[in-house]
Amino acid sequence: MSHLRAFAAFWWDFLVGDDWRLAAGIAVTLALTALLAHHGIGAWWLIPLAVAFLLTTSLRRATRSGGSS
Amino acid sequence: MPPRAEGNGDRATTPRASAAISCALENEPARRSMSTALLFASAFLASAVEMVEALTIVLAVGVVRGWRSPLVGVAAAMVVLAAVVAALGPALRLMPIDALRLAVGALLLCFGLQWLRKAILRAGGYKPLRDEKQVFRAQTAEAAAAACRGGKAGLDWYAFTIAFKGVLLEGLEVAFIVVSFGGTQGRLWLAATAAAAALLTVGVVGVVVHAPLARVPENAIKFAVGLLLTTFGSFWAAEGAGVQWPGGELALPVLLAFLALLALLLARTLRRQRHALQPLGADA
Repeated sequence: MSHLRAFAAFWWDFLVGDDWRLAAGIAVTLALTALLAHHGIGAWWLIPLAVAFLLTTSLRRATRSGGSS
Repeated sequence: MPPRAEGNGDRATTPRASAAISCALENEPARRSMSTALLFASAFLASAVEMVEALTIVLAVGVVRGWRSPLVGVAAAMVVLAAVVAALGPALRLMPIDALRLAVGALLLCFGLQWLRKAILRAGGYKPLRDEKQVFRAQTAEAAAAACRGGKAGLDWYAFTIAFKGVLLEGLEVAFIVVSFGGTQGRLWLAATAAAAALLTVGVVGVVVHAPLARVPENAIKFAVGLLLTTFGSFWAAEGAGVQWPGGELALPVLLAFLALLALLLARTLRRQRHALQPLGADA
């Protein structure tokens, strides 16, 4: 069981990293982009804006906690 | 850039569309060489910085416990990494191009934002910079303290395992990056060549210097790799989601410039914030 947990923890750390909200934000952004593109709306601007927002808010959270997270 | 799944042959009958296609074909070599250069740089830098970290571990173990077992560990890890690239690379070609770009783009965005976030926190003084000399000292002390147990085939299993794990763990992310870049652009050989060139460069310098490569500006390289991964990740994920970028691949340098400006601005803001929080004379 501990091996299974260690394996899951490795992949979580590998793919998601220190801030799970970044990965969740990327997933939501991609879903929104696909939805807009499906309805014929040119949504090329959405991902860069979302990246800027996600990175800024993630850094703000990290600096509030002293940068340890 | 491989052709998209959906064709547009019916549009090619109008003079305006013909002119657009001619223009696109004329610009194709320039676009391709630009994306080739960015692709090579991304795979080379990501591999180099991870290999510098792996080299420190291997050197520390080798200096204390002899070279045979760690080198066998390095070779074994390389075989596993090559197998990962060889197995995943062709498998990715079976995926539809849009699904592939969406999946790879999402993965690169996750990696890129993680790298960039850590690099900005380090540049801003909120995370300590990685000190290869300090890591080397810690690893050396640990290797010296560990019990020396001989194993099968006359290997020192402690030295073998530490070198194997070090190279495998540092190299796994690189393997994913190489497969993602190579698979999406249909140029796995180019990404693999860049990674091999980085490995060779770091290996040769490591043998010559025979010490951890403490002078390599690791955080600056990680900053650059984070930017490149986030740029390609954003580009491919958007294309995979059905978005057409204005200017096609020419959007890549614009996207890179936007993200670089944002990251530099954030790093500067964090540095100022950190200095304002500290009493005069104190260092981060």
